[in-house]
Amino acid sequence: MDNAKAKDKPKDGCVKPAKGIIKPSAVTAAADTGVTDAATSSSSPQEDAMSVKVGYPAPDFEATAYVNGGFDNIKLSDYKGQWVMICFYPGDFTFV
Amino acid sequence: MVLSISVDSRFVHKMWEEHELAKMVEGGIPFPMLSDQSGEIGRAYGVYDEAAGVDIRGRFIIDPEGIVQAMEVLTPPVGRLLGETIRQVQAFQHVAKTGEVMPAGWRPGQPTLTPGPELTGKVWKVWKPGEE
Repeated sequence: MDNAKAKDKPKDGCVKPAKGIIKPSAVTAAADTGVTDAATSSSSPQEDAMSVKVGYPAPDFEATAYVNGGFDNIKLSDYKGQWVMICFYPGDFTFV
Repeated sequence: MVLSISVDSRFVHKMWEEHELAKMVEGGIPFPMLSDQSGEIGRAYGVYDEAAGVDIRGRFIIDPEGIVQAMEVLTPPVGRLLGETIRQVQAFQHVAKTGEVMPAGWRPGQPTLTPGPELTGKVWKVWKPGEE
């Protein structure tokens, strides 16, 4: 949780790769506090089994983004406490 | 908070925003446009089309605790209706605040239902979807 908050001024995320999907740190233990910062743990078998169901926690992720005219990394868990709508779409410069 | 996600890079997002979207939306796009170039995020949300290599139209409403409250997924040719998403967010916010529930077709301002034994079999008395 190093770069939590401070989203006022977008910074260039070119040098810092985003983590992608962030799994709960305690996969085996019951305690699910916080998220892991291990940047390269992104392809264990657990992740493949990940899926989204209503009534269950949304998988956390970090992605590079274009925001307010600049580039920044955006993490879903930064928006805890707010209602969030995530909208996937096939591609920029398409028609629908 | 709105987050949009596609497999395009953030650089393409910038070009699209500047060259097209800013001409369609007054003041430009007010929310972050995220990049999912590996499809990893779309895969976790069940909306990544492996054959086409894109994230299809999936929309998720996530509450302040990080719980998914609603999802809607469409194939690419048909666009979505933002008004319906807003209605759902308003309904979920109302539930979170009051514990009341919303019958089918409910819109903000219309009566809600308070579940309980007294209401069983009596919904027809208080909810008449035909009348607006």
